[in-house]
Amino acid sequence: MSAVIESHGHDDHHHGPAKGLTRWLYTTNHKDIGSLYLWFSFAMFLIGGAMAMVIRAELFQPGMQIVEPEFYNQMLTLHGLIMVFGAVMPAFVGLANWLVPMMVGAPDMALPRMNNLSFWILPFAFFILLSSLFMEGGAPNFGWTFYAPLSTTYAPPSVTFFIFSVHIMGASSIMGSINVVVTIMNMRAPGMSLMKMPLFVWSWLITAYLLIAVMPVLAGAVTMMLMDIHFGTSFFNAAGGGDPVLFQHIFWFFGHPEVYIMILPAFGIASHIIETFSRKQLFGYSSMVWAMASIAILSFVVWAHHMFTVGLPLAAELFFMWATMLIAVPTGVKVFNWVTTMFKGSITYETPMLFAIAFVVLFTIGGFSGLMLAITPADFQYHDTYFVVAHFHYVLVPGSIFSIMAAVYYWIPKWTGNMYDERLGKLHFWLSFTGVNVTFFPQHWIGLAGMPRRVPDYALQFADWNMISSVGAFLFGASQILFLFIVLKTVMGGKKATSKVWEGARGLEWTVESPAPYHTFSTPPKIN
Amino acid sequence: MSYQKYYVPEQSRYPIFAATALFLLVMGASATINDLGKEDSNSIYILYSGFAVFALTLYLWFRTVIREHIAGLDSAQLQKSFVFGMAWFIFSEVMFFAAFFGALFYVRNFSVPWLGGEGEKGLANMLWDGFESTWPVISTPDAGSAFVLADKSMSWPGWGDALKWLPLWNTIVLLSSSVTVHFAHLALKNDNKKSFNKWLGVTVILALIFVGLQAAEYYEAYAHYGLTLNSGIYGSTFFMLTGFHGFHVMMGGFMLAVMLSRSVLYDHFDSHNHFGFEAASWYWHFVDVVWVMLFLFVYIL
Repeated sequence: MSAVIESHGHDDHHHGPAKGLTRWLYTTNHKDIGSLYLWFSFAMFLIGGAMAMVIRAELFQPGMQIVEPEFYNQMLTLHGLIMVFGAVMPAFVGLANWLVPMMVGAPDMALPRMNNLSFWILPFAFFILLSSLFMEGGAPNFGWTFYAPLSTTYAPPSVTFFIFSVHIMGASSIMGSINVVVTIMNMRAPGMSLMKMPLFVWSWLITAYLLIAVMPVLAGAVTMMLMDIHFGTSFFNAAGGGDPVLFQHIFWFFGHPEVYIMILPAFGIASHIIETFSRKQLFGYSSMVWAMASIAILSFVVWAHHMFTVGLPLAAELFFMWATMLIAVPTGVKVFNWVTTMFKGSITYETPMLFAIAFVVLFTIGGFSGLMLAITPADFQYHDTYFVVAHFHYVLVPGSIFSIMAAVYYWIPKWTGNMYDERLGKLHFWLSFTGVNVTFFPQHWIGLAGMPRRVPDYALQFADWNMISSVGAFLFGASQILFLFIVLKTVMGGKKATSKVWEGARGLEWTVESPAPYHTFSTPPKIN
Repeated sequence: MSYQKYYVPEQSRYPIFAATALFLLVMGASATINDLGKEDSNSIYILYSGFAVFALTLYLWFRTVIREHIAGLDSAQLQKSFVFGMAWFIFSEVMFFAAFFGALFYVRNFSVPWLGGEGEKGLANMLWDGFESTWPVISTPDAGSAFVLADKSMSWPGWGDALKWLPLWNTIVLLSSSVTVHFAHLALKNDNKKSFNKWLGVTVILALIFVGLQAAEYYEAYAHYGLTLNSGIYGSTFFMLTGFHGFHVMMGGFMLAVMLSRSVLYDHFDSHNHFGFEAASWYWHFVDVVWVMLFLFVYIL
């Protein structure tokens, strides 16, 4: 606990934001840095989304129409990398920056200058990654999972730039996560015990722990790639005694916790929003915390369920199957708690609530298809088909990304002091909801029917559903322009928001005026 | 009860300098590596400039933080954040080594035996006829057609040659240095700065000796054993694990040397006020623990 306690009056010497561009370059303010993260993430969301549009345009019809297969592979790879590392993760870090200090009653993040460094590494890292499109041999083309030997022996020369950009993205994530953990451990207002923390804070404490644990492992994996490519080692080369499967083990030891890194903060967000708009206290707070902690711990022992078909020993197949299915238990607890919170609540359906309910339902669909994939013998059939694509897009798009959108609608009155346009917000929700389901639901069927993933062309029997899927994708893509418009409109003006904003809102951030002052708390607030 | 207002450090231009430096560093490193073997490449100058800007930025950044601390600007809370931050940074370093140790365990327990025809996936041996699973792997599965095979490994040479075996001396040196840095810490806690400087100086010298011995060992490996990065999985794991450890020894030794100069030149520490030193010593103990693991799993077992 911090040594600071309630102090005298409001004689603060804090100034408002600095003027001009240097405000953003030199800032140590968690709100400025949060906004930078969120805008950066949105820009990446649009760039990665544009790549998805290229992919869906090519898949609109069988046969090669628009792009070369080589370029298609680059789009596929960059789409994945940009959405994971550029859109979803920075969006959650941006939300953590904005919200965690306000929620725990802190003045700012614990290490504000390092916070600035964590952000400013990202534009450079993605500049390097995107610049690889213009290099000899093209951008990375081996899929976002960069399996060896595709990413080593057969990789384009730009892989070296990819490796180093991943290194500095990792450094950024590690620093950002250390900041979040230290803020939560050291900066809570007196009286805010761990089990009184808002669930978003809990979700980020656990997420940050996962990030600090696995980003260095990713750094190790890309370092071994670098050495294999350029310096003659044989980590992933059986001729020298290594093993390409070793790459997959190391990658997924990072990769599986990584997918929970992209969903745990969403759990926190959904808990807040459902509680607020149900006008009831959240059902089962402590079980929510334990469920998230269990999911995080289990995430370290399930990685090989991504690799059932590579030829694992039988004992490993069985262990990873059962361990993976175990995750359904804490996840089920969470879904049960959300539903029970809504049960007999006085629910209203503002835009954040719509997104949150859609999150619960659609994320659960993604969870169930995950359970199907966890069954080893069944996975032999599903592996590397569009069923997998449908599964992880269900957890990532209407899962993570819907939760981010819900969070933006929910907290934007606190950030800007203005209410968003409810009518447009609902329109955005219904367009996105329709788009997402039309895009990804048919992919379950074409996957089960045998369409492989990561292909620019496909057999004729998949043509109809692919066309429908593409139409859905264009709808979803276009409706994000509406999202941009709504956010800009809210930033520019709109109905003034009250401090509390939502009738059922709970938590410290709703006790300060809207927009939240540049320095939220200069002395610790009182916690009941 | 003491009343204290929240303290938020002022905005600073160092972070964006550091980010720019990292950009130059990684652009320079990537371009240099891709241009290896090309004679007219100037990429290395980008790398140098990145390194220079990074070093300068770190110097200025740390100087600012130290000055703020001496001026009493920072709060007890911020100082505690530094403590937490360092602990979590060391945890991230542990996980970095875990990736390489994990690779070592995997090849030793799974992939090499399988390639040699042992165990459940021993079928792999049909691709590498005649390969027998041993550790260290001296002859690679392809019998050296794509690799330059080593004559000899770095493993435990038996009791007879134990005293001529460099890793044993390295272990003695590094373990002693952990003890001496602890003596330095104890001396500082008793406000005995002379003794602190002495023991810290001894630690830095031991760090230098370790790096020197390791350089000798690498020379031995390359020049006399034929053991290189290019001699298959044994060389790969050996050099990557000991190499990254050696790099961390240099970093930790550099940190301790900085602390020594801060103490000798500026008298920055006292019995209650020395987290800079403490952080460096934690890092040093961490490096030491990694070495013990290396000694066990890379050299002895």
